[in-house]
Amino acid sequence: METPNLNSLYQQLILEHYRAPKNKGELDGSTVEVHMANPVCGDEIRLQLRIEDEAITDVKFVGQGCSISQAAVSMMTQKLNGKSLDEATSLARRFTEMMHGDASAAKDRDLGDLRALAGVSKFPVRVKCALLGFDALQEALKQTTGGETH
Amino acid sequence: MTLFDVQAVRDQFPALNQQVHGRPLVYLDNAATSQKPRAVLDVQEAYYTQDNANVHRGIHELSRRATEAYEDARIKVARWIKAADSAELVWTRGTTEAINLVAMGWGLDNISEGDEIVLTEMEHHSNLVPWHLLSRRTGAVLRYIDLDDQGRLILDNLDELLTERTKLVACGHVSNALGTINPVERIIEAAHAVGALVLIDGAQGIVHLPVDVQALGADFYCFSGHKMCGPTGIGALWARRSILEAMEPWQGGGEMIRFVHKDHSTWAEVPHKFEAGTPNIAGAVAMGAAVDFLSDLGMEAIAAHERAIMEYALARVGEIAGIRVFGPESLDERSAVLSFLLGDAHPHDISTILDSEGIAVRAGHHCAQLVMKRYGVAATARASFYLYNTTEDVDRFVDGLGIVKGIFG
Repeated sequence: METPNLNSLYQQLILEHYRAPKNKGELDGSTVEVHMANPVCGDEIRLQLRIEDEAITDVKFVGQGCSISQAAVSMMTQKLNGKSLDEATSLARRFTEMMHGDASAAKDRDLGDLRALAGVSKFPVRVKCALLGFDALQEALKQTTGGETH
Repeated sequence: MTLFDVQAVRDQFPALNQQVHGRPLVYLDNAATSQKPRAVLDVQEAYYTQDNANVHRGIHELSRRATEAYEDARIKVARWIKAADSAELVWTRGTTEAINLVAMGWGLDNISEGDEIVLTEMEHHSNLVPWHLLSRRTGAVLRYIDLDDQGRLILDNLDELLTERTKLVACGHVSNALGTINPVERIIEAAHAVGALVLIDGAQGIVHLPVDVQALGADFYCFSGHKMCGPTGIGALWARRSILEAMEPWQGGGEMIRFVHKDHSTWAEVPHKFEAGTPNIAGAVAMGAAVDFLSDLGMEAIAAHERAIMEYALARVGEIAGIRVFGPESLDERSAVLSFLLGDAHPHDISTILDSEGIAVRAGHHCAQLVMKRYGVAATARASFYLYNTTEDVDRFVDGLGIVKGIFG
């Protein structure tokens, strides 16, 4: 197996989000809340969203885990405010594509800071860490729409 | 005591001789599983290429050879742990199956509602969950021996914890998460004084200490082959013959019966009544080879080597600012397991960074969530050493931790 470069994984932006996460805390007036954990490694997050008129109007999370899982969810929350449910679903799809090594997704400006996580795709055992937040988001969207996301 | 030539020992382990991510492998995940020496791999290969047949049922030559190899391995392993009788050694898939065998085969008939099972906070999940399952079915009450800040069992209140309601004490010999060597003799004596039986989870103990089950005095001793140079999928339950004879089988099938009628069956003698179905014959034979390998080196010499490596490792990591080491401070009370945290770097990140340098460590809760909870952490990183590790391995590990500090500050 080719040897991936640590620098492509631990970018400064990731470490900044890990040390000072955005939107961390409790959300008043959330409409949906999802707890998601990786029992193998103990990473966990609780994602709270306020969804009004088919759009995300606020988001917060609490959690603990490795730099990749916590930075990814922090970066994700930055992109969610004001997004319609369809846009949020599309963001999750684009991020997942990037995690599977899609080079065009890694250049997609819509992903914002999340693009710093592109290097994770070269560390297969860490991809699940990066996806934890989006897994929680997708579960929250499913609960909100009764499973009818498209 | 004569220590062995570590380099000569390393040369016998093919898996150690490889590059990982461009660097020579440093394998420090031995508490999860050990690597296998050529002698064990050769015996397993020879069994399949020359003697493969089913055991205890054929009259033909290959079946005779397979049965002999399988039973010789049982005698070898039984003698190695100083069992009084090789019939006291039941082959299992490993420690987990051995403990489940006791929970279901002995527990269901001997534990009633309100009876108490005493466990410890440091147990591996394999010595917790089987008792949870038994408790759900019987109404048994589970009580716990707590841990002090150094990862040692608090035994001051043992007399209060153990009462005439206590039917079983189930305790690890050596902790996989902390490295603590438990004073099991003292626990066994106290448990027997109230009439309770004692099960020792020896998954880590058998690896690092010479074990004499008769001197130890426990009633059940459970262990695996794969952490002591043997293959995966084989292990054993040792129990006193009188206890095994009084127990019902826990699984039914071929091999474990004497006569089968329409409405009932009668059982084979111990240990066969606990070995339903075709067993892991090659695994048992190879585990016998692992015992030969370890006997040649000598368990005292292995323990002395590991202690020297651990002493060096503790001194080296002691130089690192921001490191938090778990487990006992005294080398007399700990084996070759180094569980730690470093600054605000998460154990998964530590493990990824070390892996990029070819160094294998474990990160996570180590199947000991009660231990993590006790110390208020979600996970730790763990380097665990074995007979083939060297001070150079420790140096590479410490250099790797320097890279972690470089990234996480």
